[in-house]
Amino acid sequence: MASELTQYVVTGLLVGGVYALMSIGLALIFGVMRVVNFAQGDFMMLGMYLTYFYAVALGIDPLLGALVTIPPFFLAGLVLHRVFLARVTGGGDPNREMDAQLILTLGMSLIITNATTMILSPTPRAIRTTYATQAFALGPVLLNQARTYAFVMAILLAGAMYAFLTRTDLGKALRAAADDPEAASYQGINVRAMHGVAFGVGIALVAAAGGLLATYYPIEPNVAVNFIVLMFVAVVLGGLGSIPGAFVGGLAIGLVQSLTLLVLPLQLQNVGVFVAFLVVLYVRPQGLFGRRARTV
Amino acid sequence: MSARARGYVAIAAVVLVGLVLTFGISERYHHRILTLVFLWATMGLAWNIISGYAGQISFGHQAFFGIGAYVTVLLAAKLKLIPWIGMLGGVGAAVLAAVLIGTPTFRLAGIYFGLATLAYPLIFRIVMDYLGYQEVAIPMMREQPGLFMQFEDPRAFDLLALGILAATLVLSRLVETSRLGYSLRAIKENEQAAEAMGVNSFRCKMYAYMLSAAPAAVAGAVYAHAILFVVTPDAVFGVLVIVQTLTVCLVGGAGTLWGPLIGAAIMIPVSETLDSTLGDKLPGIQGVVYGAALMAVMMFAPEGLYWRVRSVWSGRGGEAARTTRPTPVFAVASVTPAPAPRASGAPLLEVRGISKAFLGLQALSEVSFDVREGEILGIIGPNGAGKTTLFNVLNGFLLPDRGEVRWLGAPITGLEPHEICRRGIGRTFQVMRVFPRLTVEENVMVGAFVREGAPDRARARAQDALARMGLGGRACLVPTGLTTLELRLMELARCLATAPRLVLLDEPLAGLSSDGVELMSSMIRQAPAAGVTVAIIEHTMHAMVKLADRLVVLDQGRPLAEGLPGEVTRNPIVIEAYLGKRWLARHLATQGAIDAQDHRP
Repeated sequence: MASELTQYVVTGLLVGGVYALMSIGLALIFGVMRVVNFAQGDFMMLGMYLTYFYAVALGIDPLLGALVTIPPFFLAGLVLHRVFLARVTGGGDPNREMDAQLILTLGMSLIITNATTMILSPTPRAIRTTYATQAFALGPVLLNQARTYAFVMAILLAGAMYAFLTRTDLGKALRAAADDPEAASYQGINVRAMHGVAFGVGIALVAAAGGLLATYYPIEPNVAVNFIVLMFVAVVLGGLGSIPGAFVGGLAIGLVQSLTLLVLPLQLQNVGVFVAFLVVLYVRPQGLFGRRARTV
Repeated sequence: MSARARGYVAIAAVVLVGLVLTFGISERYHHRILTLVFLWATMGLAWNIISGYAGQISFGHQAFFGIGAYVTVLLAAKLKLIPWIGMLGGVGAAVLAAVLIGTPTFRLAGIYFGLATLAYPLIFRIVMDYLGYQEVAIPMMREQPGLFMQFEDPRAFDLLALGILAATLVLSRLVETSRLGYSLRAIKENEQAAEAMGVNSFRCKMYAYMLSAAPAAVAGAVYAHAILFVVTPDAVFGVLVIVQTLTVCLVGGAGTLWGPLIGAAIMIPVSETLDSTLGDKLPGIQGVVYGAALMAVMMFAPEGLYWRVRSVWSGRGGEAARTTRPTPVFAVASVTPAPAPRASGAPLLEVRGISKAFLGLQALSEVSFDVREGEILGIIGPNGAGKTTLFNVLNGFLLPDRGEVRWLGAPITGLEPHEICRRGIGRTFQVMRVFPRLTVEENVMVGAFVREGAPDRARARAQDALARMGLGGRACLVPTGLTTLELRLMELARCLATAPRLVLLDEPLAGLSSDGVELMSSMIRQAPAAGVTVAIIEHTMHAMVKLADRLVVLDQGRPLAEGLPGEVTRNPIVIEAYLGKRWLARHLATQGAIDAQDHRP
């Protein structure tokens, strides 16, 4: 029993590492731009496909391919922000602006999902690797190799992200723009440009996470739906906009998903996640790591 | 024709057009599109009640659509109950679900509410899968098609869908023109200000949620019988349901009953036609169309087509109203009937030992004072002294850490702001909190509803209050067209329309010219004669000394002094806190000058 529990915890954490990486992308976008990006799951899906095509066409191993999705997605993020998001305003009312941008990203998400279905067909695909079907044995506990590698890569990327935000000037400017856009702009920070950078980095992170996920998860156009909600849950759990919070939230979602299997059948796996989400919203709407209470 | 009658005539016209289309088109496929237009317009109207009027964006409204479909069909499949009755069960279940979902979820504000609503249909969906209801077929009842909503003639479904659309239009119209509708719009614009004006925001949102769940459930049940025949979790709880709902509302324009209708009339035929012509080759074309429509509308007309067309239209003829302005007749008197004075001169409001801290910053500590009936009490102190925090405690926005507030002898600490407003404590705000998309008259009506349930009487009350402030000619404008003085007067009118016995005025003189200060001061001075007691915050000592009967001085959250203006301004502790030691030295030298200024009886 004890080893079974350990197995579930370990499996949950391994999956949670990848959730954590995707969630910090969403948290960064929300933290800096105050935009809940509904299309985040779709960029993850595109990251999976790009990694797939890297592997099929160029023979790049998906663990490396996931990293190589970062530059194109960063650039795409800058362009998408400039062309679409930056133009949507709510007439100066922050709430309306938030609603408008949320609906805009919802539209973006619909287009990406359905256009991908049209172009690439809804048939699921998979990347064949030698490590997808093998496991490390740690005593009685088995660690799927693909999940372990993906977990390690996700942690490294999240660490690099943290270093970027805390050590570099650009990272500090991003955090300043997130904390107080007005004060940041008085310090000579181009807040609008920071929004573009945040969107670019945010979707690049989730694309990379998608690439890592693709080592052990089937790739299909509709995959976004399942993951966007998990990301929302992780980000709210950690406190909307908090990067360390989203990281811990992602790990927690993996754990909850895995441990739910101990008490509920497989189909109800995500019910545990949603119930945890609702409980956190009601009990502590500012999240586990949120600094500010919500303003009514 | 009155505005109210015009609304119903327009609904009748919509029904007429619907009937003409129903009997005018012949192809079966066109009937299907027509049924879908009516159904999605209904679903859009349902969503519009909670998200359009009340501004509580729900991303999970398909929960009610799905409950309506599933309950109706399961009752037919398991209990052989006819759908006409089963539908009532579906509506009941949806309204119950709305109460169960709303009770915890309305505690969340803004984006948190929307995100939480995402989870509910997902949960229902998973649970339906788990219970083995992945596919529930409607049992075929060929011998009694009408009784079991299984019409051969497609026109029957058109008529059924048109019927529920008409009913939902009437329901929306009733909401729009009722007290609830005004309250919902006020909540959407500024929930705190609405609460302070006596709107029970939780209850209003809950009513709106229940009212919006019912038509959604009916639409779901009819959709199951007219279109689906086999109910699956994905078809009724799926993402496409909420996407179509959002699209018809946002394209047409949220917050009006015509928006969803316009949106459905445009979007549904386009997407259905594309789906039928290209859907085989390009699965997902519908999703792309909806996505593109959502993006386009947000970028080019975020308020939706109805509002865009309307603003272009009224932009031509609306100028005349702006220029006329009658001579103001300033008089607070008789906005409220004077209540019987409180016996034995007992204080109206007793503040006892109030303390409040924010994350270690002690905003208020041990503040105690009385407000006596018929006086003008000035509360002064430098910036950051805790004055606004004090008002926020008094009107219920904040719960004090310690201490008690008593109103007419009974404790009111811990009551909601709307309850405190109803008991007779009104307030205005330092940074004005108007409802920007309501007209000046409607702004004041929100306050008037505290005493008048019927919209017509609330309107009359609001017009009266506005006329007394000299704003009669401004009634039909939106507040953005007003000057700062007019806005402050409007806030005062809105506050007085709640018929308060005590008003808390938070820096009513801020930002006014010297003429404006004179005018506002004269209005405030008339209040006690009309039976309204005043507590007023200012940080300019000069204006206060002339206006107030008595002063309470706060400094860094502590009460420093209390008394007649002449005494307080001579108190060296006050002078030091307020003006600094240097001023004190000079002041002592010129004591006489102050004495000469203090000429109040």
